[in-house]
Amino acid sequence: MDKLAPDRTETCFSDLKKPFNLNQAMVEANRCLYCHEPPCVDACPTRIDIPTFIRKITTENLHGSAATIFSANVLGMSCARVCPVELLCSGSCVLTKEGIPPIRIGLLQRFVTDLAYQRGWSFFQRARPSHRKVALIGSGPASLSCAHRLAQLGHECVIYEKRPFPGGLNTSGIAPYKMQAHDSLAEVDWITSIGGITIRHGVQVGRDPTLQELEANFDAVFIGTGQGPDRRLDKLPGHDLEGVWGAMQFIEELKLASVDLSQVRNAVVLGGGNTAVDAVHELLHLGVPGVTMIYRRGKQLMKGYAHEWEKALHLGAAALWFTVPTAFVGQGCRLSGLKCVSTDSALKPIAGSETMVPADLALLAIGQQGADPMFAELDGIRVQGGNIVVDQQGFTGRRGWYAGGDCTNGGKEVVFAAAQGRTAAQAIHRHLTGNPASNGAQHA
Amino acid sequence: MPDLTANCAGIVSPNPFWLASGPPTNSGDQVMRAFDLGWGGAVWKTLGDPIQNVSSRFGALNHNGVRIIGFNNNELITDRSFQTNLAEITQVKKLYPRNAVVVSLMLDTREEWRDAITRAIDAGADGLELNFGCPHGMCERGMGSAVGQEPSVNQEITSWATEISSVPVLVKLTPNVSDITPHGLASQAGGAHGVSLINTVKSVIGVDLERFTPIPAVGHTGTNGGYCGPAVRPIALHMVGTLAREPRFKLPISGIGGISTWKHALEFMLLGASTVQVCTAAMHYGFRIVEDMIDGMERYMRSHGFQTLDQLIGKAVGNFVEWGELDINFESVARIDPQRCIGCQLCYLACRDGSHDCIEPATDGSRVPTVEEGECVGCNLCSLVCPVPGCVTMHQVDNGFQPTSWNEHLMLEKPIRHKKGVH
Repeated sequence: MDKLAPDRTETCFSDLKKPFNLNQAMVEANRCLYCHEPPCVDACPTRIDIPTFIRKITTENLHGSAATIFSANVLGMSCARVCPVELLCSGSCVLTKEGIPPIRIGLLQRFVTDLAYQRGWSFFQRARPSHRKVALIGSGPASLSCAHRLAQLGHECVIYEKRPFPGGLNTSGIAPYKMQAHDSLAEVDWITSIGGITIRHGVQVGRDPTLQELEANFDAVFIGTGQGPDRRLDKLPGHDLEGVWGAMQFIEELKLASVDLSQVRNAVVLGGGNTAVDAVHELLHLGVPGVTMIYRRGKQLMKGYAHEWEKALHLGAAALWFTVPTAFVGQGCRLSGLKCVSTDSALKPIAGSETMVPADLALLAIGQQGADPMFAELDGIRVQGGNIVVDQQGFTGRRGWYAGGDCTNGGKEVVFAAAQGRTAAQAIHRHLTGNPASNGAQHA
Repeated sequence: MPDLTANCAGIVSPNPFWLASGPPTNSGDQVMRAFDLGWGGAVWKTLGDPIQNVSSRFGALNHNGVRIIGFNNNELITDRSFQTNLAEITQVKKLYPRNAVVVSLMLDTREEWRDAITRAIDAGADGLELNFGCPHGMCERGMGSAVGQEPSVNQEITSWATEISSVPVLVKLTPNVSDITPHGLASQAGGAHGVSLINTVKSVIGVDLERFTPIPAVGHTGTNGGYCGPAVRPIALHMVGTLAREPRFKLPISGIGGISTWKHALEFMLLGASTVQVCTAAMHYGFRIVEDMIDGMERYMRSHGFQTLDQLIGKAVGNFVEWGELDINFESVARIDPQRCIGCQLCYLACRDGSHDCIEPATDGSRVPTVEEGECVGCNLCSLVCPVPGCVTMHQVDNGFQPTSWNEHLMLEKPIRHKKGVH
């Protein structure tokens, strides 16, 4: 694993939501009604026992509170930062029905999990070694969650990661005002400190080792490779001009290296999803004077969270709805603008609506390429619509092969990957031992 | 405009809000500042042989993030000389002739009492309050609650005071007794003109989990203190109401114990208090709280058609009865308003685990529980835990039985309704 550069662009960002101190956490925790079987738990993919962990804050049993969180979701620290709680736990808080602001569950969870990291608390012990080995492909949230649970159950895990840093999109793809790469790497360290998990960097699974070699050398395999690189607009003229970037590629650059935007006057972001909204935020924060989101559909249909888009508007973002690019235009080899055309509600171009949008930077946030089709070369594994097909337990259909996270769900929040990785670990354990794993995690 | 003029045992003040004897009435400066902000009277911090206090002296009971729902102290009587206090009392009375200044006293021998009473009256006291209630420190020296807990001693020392006093004498009673009645009657027999209650409740406010000492710790040790603040109000209301409804007891009452708002003051007055005394709330929020106490009480009186305090004092006393006199055939059940319910299910859990298991969770995903009215015992618990006012309400049901108390049932064999509830 490489060392993070100290002068990464992302380090100039500060938290969008300021963390709580103890007093703030106590005041907020004491507002919680401590509901019986509440909807916030149902809204959490990892089913963290939210009223219990909040209750434990009010009694100042902070160690017990952290244990409650991590026993359901070992990625509780990153999820506290990156979860869209407005749409999940907090969004379902019963207080909202009374017109009272919901409990700020994300900030409470962050307070407790950050404290656990600061104090170096650990909650897990490994079971006796099972002498079974599991390979995990990709070191993102799904694999980390899966590996941790497997390690806890006594299995030996080897994670193969092609990049120099572990953590997947938690390290390279999260908006830096939510979480930065060093937080993600700290989480990887914290998770792997249970022991029995080895991460091998710079490994291109499929080439060396081949899938067949993996299958021969391990008792089970978990695929957690995500949705792959940005989709490009290779058919449009000028797509390879300097200044045309994949949005995730750009975000990774600003998180792990440094980007110079001092010459950028106008930037456009193509797309309407959360990556697009994040990129708009980031460009505005980094001082780009004009940032325009270009989306082929209307505002109502954008997949990016409305509450985050509202914040972007507040920062000065502009949008062109029902608009698609037809060409990238350059001065020399540098991008200078996009030829665009308006579309009707059926997304058909409207004749005579062509416009020129000036831009010296264009980020393509139009989705990712999907799960690697090479996995479909194995009998029993299917890749459909960019996703590896799995059942509820994460089983692919090929004996010993499981998958979870973005490569199976089309790309969702970290917390879904955490949940799927853990579920798959339970299934793998049954496959390896014939015994169901108790659902309750062992914690100190 | 309602008239808030108060009169307790002949001690008259422009309103019924007095500062109780305690840290806020330790000096002339404090009392004058309080009068400037509207307090009607003040009971001067107890005079006696000046003492030396310990450090620290206060402890608080916080609950779910709310500070000081209960308070405890082991501060003793004044630590300033008699002379200093009396000079300030004279000055206050000169500058604030309309406000009531009551001087709290605690002494040992008859001669000391006689001397102190004479000097306090000479200084301008409108009334005296005999401190027979302090439950910490002074009682170990044979004073305070040591006096208040023995009716015969109470009566004797009260009579020493009333024999010579030319101003009204209130006896401040301790709640650290099993029944307040004989203690109120003892003061009455000793010639007191009124009583004030309650003094503080003997208590340990907490234990330090790291240092293994009672709180507040004085170095490595701690002791009991006197408990006061909002949490003691129910105890005080009970004792005030008990004396007020006692037929043999005829004296006016100055109510004390956890009062911090006009509503609390009204509760005490409806149960028989002529004036109320406040200490902890003034220590927590300052003297300024009196503005809303006056304002709120005036608006309440106006909206309820009361012109004077006499019209409301004691209004609830007749309805404060023994359990055996309650209508045992009165029946109510809980109802949940589905429009207001927010789905926390606390009522379901409380009824299942803490009462009679007659609330069923929703089966349709609505999260709105329903009450099995046939099983509901009307205990109130669900309506108390519900976080939404007006969502769970209690409704009277007609069970066909005539109103009957348990006493009537025993004596007259009047029929009573059947037991409800599954357990």
